[in-house]
Amino acid sequence: MVAVITIIVIVVVLVGLLAVMYNSLVRRRNQVDNAWSQIDVQLKRRHDLIPNLVETVKDYMSYEQETLTKVTDARAAAVSAGASGPAAQAAAENQLTQALRSLFAVVENYPDLKANQNVMSLQEELTTTENKISFARQFYNDSVYGYNTSIQSFPTNLIAGVFTFTAKQFFEGDEADREPVKVDLR
Amino acid sequence: MYEQIARNKRASVMLVAVVVAVLLLLGYVIGFAWTGRSYGGLGVLGIFGVIAIVWSLIGYFAGANMVLGVTGARRITHSDAPQLWNVVEEMSVASGLPMPNVYIIDDAAPNAFATGRDPQHAYLAVTRGLLEIMDREQLQGVVAHEMSHIRNYDIRFATLVGILVGMIALISDFFLRSTWFGFGGRRSRDGGGQAGAIMFVVALVLAIFAPIFGWLVQLAVSRRREYLADASAAELTRNPLGLASALEKIAADARPLRHANRATAHLYIANPLRKLKETENLFDTHPPIQKRVAILRALAHAGPVPESASSALPQA
Repeated sequence: MVAVITIIVIVVVLVGLLAVMYNSLVRRRNQVDNAWSQIDVQLKRRHDLIPNLVETVKDYMSYEQETLTKVTDARAAAVSAGASGPAAQAAAENQLTQALRSLFAVVENYPDLKANQNVMSLQEELTTTENKISFARQFYNDSVYGYNTSIQSFPTNLIAGVFTFTAKQFFEGDEADREPVKVDLR
Repeated sequence: MYEQIARNKRASVMLVAVVVAVLLLLGYVIGFAWTGRSYGGLGVLGIFGVIAIVWSLIGYFAGANMVLGVTGARRITHSDAPQLWNVVEEMSVASGLPMPNVYIIDDAAPNAFATGRDPQHAYLAVTRGLLEIMDREQLQGVVAHEMSHIRNYDIRFATLVGILVGMIALISDFFLRSTWFGFGGRRSRDGGGQAGAIMFVVALVLAIFAPIFGWLVQLAVSRRREYLADASAAELTRNPLGLASALEKIAADARPLRHANRATAHLYIANPLRKLKETENLFDTHPPIQKRVAILRALAHAGPVPESASSALPQA
């Protein structure tokens, strides 16, 4: 009798532990997926802001058509690159970041433009979107780090193996050397 | 960092348990002293227990609104202060937490605080003075510090412990006053005898020391959490220097906050009740700013310093 009860208790505890570990893996994996979609949300927001910006500054900057064209082209490229995989997308978005930086460097030369209320608020919105993109990537990498660590650590790695939780890729932009490398996937 | 947060939660549970135990002990001893009997002590203990639970529940669900009411904070949206709103949104993206409610306090002294019970019910307030003197990077540091308080569950801890410690102080005060005015004399009529007399002395001692004990525990943990929030702010922004220079600016500003008092002081990013001398003191809610700045600067020079995210575009 005692033996039977002991076995039942052990089984119940084991199943409970398995459930807790499984749920924590699911939660972490969902967090990674959600963090990834956050990056897309911010990238999309940047795409939406740019036509406004170009419209606002183009009358002031008739001599800077080349800079403006670059921004517009980079935006178009970034929008269409969304469908061709994360690597191409990241490259296109980085092009866009560069183009925007040179646009704002040019804006510095036009005092009227710099003091324009619309330009100032657009600049703030683009700054924050730019920041949110990099913070979203940072959070994505933190989430991947947490998730990968838990599917590699004992005992959750056993459950990860059975239910095929696979390691996620870190986001590595062209500024990858700035991010401290936290884990070796192999 | 996640281990640190988990440890924080455990420490909070322990601490709240200790403070509750002190509160109940106080109830028992005072009850014993008043009635001269053990069951009298248990009765008062029970009453205190019920009051503590009710009071904590009220504070848990309504405390944030009370604090915001006391400080005269006004809730804002994006159009009221775009940059502040954006910076808070950035930190909510960086921490993966939901967007807190954002408030502005109409006060010229630069300061900020966070309150609430959990990240889903969080409130972040900054003063008008802070918005006026901080650049974007510094504002980001301050907001990151407050988001860290939210992420680390410091806001829940501060609310609960504040309520409990306040209650201990109130009860002790009540007992001491009632003794002073001869209310405690009833014990001799009830014939409590020697046990009652001894308990009376114990109650007296406890009533004097319990509030001090509770207060010191609260302050010690509050100071530790300030350091932790500074560190996790640096982790969120990857830019310890933003917060460091913000703290220096706050320290250089001598104006005290109009609506601050001892009850809310521990919530702020820097002690709103100014002191002349900055030393690490047992009775402080905050560690000295110079020390916090030194730690943040050391953090910036230690590891590989990732370029600040906020320098991606020129400042608006």
